[in-house]
Amino acid sequence: MKPAPILSQPSMDPSNQELPKSENHPPAIEVHDLTAAYGTQPVLWDVDLEIPEGSLVAIVGPNGAGKSTLLKAVLGLIQPLTGWVKIFGEEYSKKRSWVGYVPQRETVDWDFPTTALDVVTMGLYGRLGWFRLPRRSHKEQALACLDKLGVAHLAHRQISQLSGGQQQRVFLARALAQDARLYLMDEPFAGVDVKTEKAVIELLKQLREEGRTVIAVHHDLQTVNDYFDHVVLLNLRLVASGPVSTTFTDENLNKTYGGRLTALTQAAEALLSKQPDKRN
Amino acid sequence: MYLAISYTFQNVLLGTTLLGVVGGVLGCFALLRKQSLLGDALAHASLPGVCLAFLWMGTKDTYSFLIGAIFTGVLGSLFVLGVVRGTRIKEDSAIGIVLSVFFGVGVVLLTWIEKNHQSGNQSGLSHILYGQAATLMERDVWIFVIAGVIILGTIFLFYKELKLLCFDREYGKSLGYPMAALEILVTCLLVITVVIGLQTVGVILIIASLITPAACARQWTDRFSWMLLLAGLIGGLSSVAGTFVSEQFHRIPTGPTIVLVSSSVLIISILFAPQRGILWSWLQSASFRRRIREENLLKDIYGWVEKRNDWSRWPSLSNLMGVRGQSGIKIKKIARPLEHGGLLLVTEKAMKLTEKGLEEAERIVRKHRIWELYLARRLDLPPDHVHRDAEAMEHALSDEALAEFEELLGYPKFDPHGQPIPARRGSSSKAESKATGGV
Repeated sequence: MKPAPILSQPSMDPSNQELPKSENHPPAIEVHDLTAAYGTQPVLWDVDLEIPEGSLVAIVGPNGAGKSTLLKAVLGLIQPLTGWVKIFGEEYSKKRSWVGYVPQRETVDWDFPTTALDVVTMGLYGRLGWFRLPRRSHKEQALACLDKLGVAHLAHRQISQLSGGQQQRVFLARALAQDARLYLMDEPFAGVDVKTEKAVIELLKQLREEGRTVIAVHHDLQTVNDYFDHVVLLNLRLVASGPVSTTFTDENLNKTYGGRLTALTQAAEALLSKQPDKRN
Repeated sequence: MYLAISYTFQNVLLGTTLLGVVGGVLGCFALLRKQSLLGDALAHASLPGVCLAFLWMGTKDTYSFLIGAIFTGVLGSLFVLGVVRGTRIKEDSAIGIVLSVFFGVGVVLLTWIEKNHQSGNQSGLSHILYGQAATLMERDVWIFVIAGVIILGTIFLFYKELKLLCFDREYGKSLGYPMAALEILVTCLLVITVVIGLQTVGVILIIASLITPAACARQWTDRFSWMLLLAGLIGGLSSVAGTFVSEQFHRIPTGPTIVLVSSSVLIISILFAPQRGILWSWLQSASFRRRIREENLLKDIYGWVEKRNDWSRWPSLSNLMGVRGQSGIKIKKIARPLEHGGLLLVTEKAMKLTEKGLEEAERIVRKHRIWELYLARRLDLPPDHVHRDAEAMEHALSDEALAEFEELLGYPKFDPHGQPIPARRGSSSKAESKATGGV
């Protein structure tokens, strides 16, 4: 049985309705010679990167490797020192409605006086534009997105009453509401329960089946093989980027995590658990 | 004479109320963006501006005061931002530095003016420190009205965008909203409110008009829109009440009285608000403790009978007193609501679990033993270490979690001590078989 499409509501942008997987389409993301710094502390050096449309991508690297910064640079949230980023061949500002963002869960105050439904409705703010307030139809769309993540029953809960996994689901539902072709997610699996992790990965795979591109900062090296089909290895510089089967190698992981004992052990574990027949 | 006073009072009342409403609504943004202290720094930093304006113009003039206050107020907040961005000093320290330096300069200027200028004493400059609402003129009230309309109108117009700014700035930016510009907008509104509040409440207390109503409102609601409305209402009503009180007792200054009123509302809110109030959480934990005691009693009765393996004999009060060393009076007190709830039958000689009570006791015992088994099997804790932990968990474990643990452990029959885990109640009535002596 084919699963129902995640985003069935008609979108405002006609180009969102069909998602062609054509070879002559520009890549979902093209990063050229990107260097970024916070103050005098460089966090990304000369990154060149291309992400083909329709892939499910993990960004992997040790702490402080610039993973979140890369996402933020793509989203135009930080100004790079050099280089440029193109989304589907154009400036981010032109393709903004094609891009959905899931920030790290800890970046917001979950004691903020608002409900889960309200947070998801924020995903529609971009489409609403200035001054217009969400109407009932928008709330219904938001509720449908909560439902896709199995938390529709929590719609009217204050967000501080949600568990970590539920909060993450709300954030993902908000991104779904954006009905984007490209999703950038900052650690969508951080601090969530096993059930949520399963639900989230199912969702990401389903998004990919619909031809959407999903990029997630990921920490658990052991699941990269099972979850993703494309991997970006990052440690200030780009170590490697490509299909998991050819890129997620012993050598590349060593280069990425080199010199860090704990990370190395983790990487070794990941390699040990790697079984070629696990991937289909 | 009477008319003149009431006319003045009208102006004062209108001015303070407007300030209360505007300050309350705007304070929500400062509170939610955790910028309460920045507002305070801004207020203190406006003092030197007022003094400089007086020195420049040579007379007391509301407009030049406002411009002077805005000038150094904004300068002060820019200093804070500059220090945070350009140095390793954190925001709270930066605010402390800017607040004290600007305020210090202001106090020096103020003292110098009062000593050297003939008109200094009459200038009303010292009112800036503590405010003097009684000096509000009709012209001032008009300024308040215009500022109030601008501020509330802006908030109404940009409601959705400002909410996004408060909750998730980065996300808003990714959607294409100019968050930096909105941030500046909010800061400007804050500056205006602080400056018009100077004359009424004064440099030192103005922050209270912003933060206190917002903090009150947050206690009572979990909705952003309601919080704004409620904060405006509390701010406005506190001002009305404070102004009347200070009018009744002539020597009490208006600004501080308003602050006292709103602070009283805050104390009430912190104590009594549902969900977030202290009383509420105290009641919650009291009812949780009571539930623990009740559950323990049910479990003790169950355990007593189980040990003797005779489901026709039930423990007496003195039997139960031996279990936990509780007094008979205490056990009777714990038993009373259980009796009312139909879980327990208390006679002269024994405390007998009803069918319902037995079911409840089994539920608790199940939780206890399954948790013990989980600890022993999964975490490899020795069986003699698991009891105390389970004693706490049996009250906290939800029924859904219990079901998952059971599944995880493969529906076990015995706990680590070899005691049977009571089965989940099904169609066959186990209680009957127990009541007749079988197990």
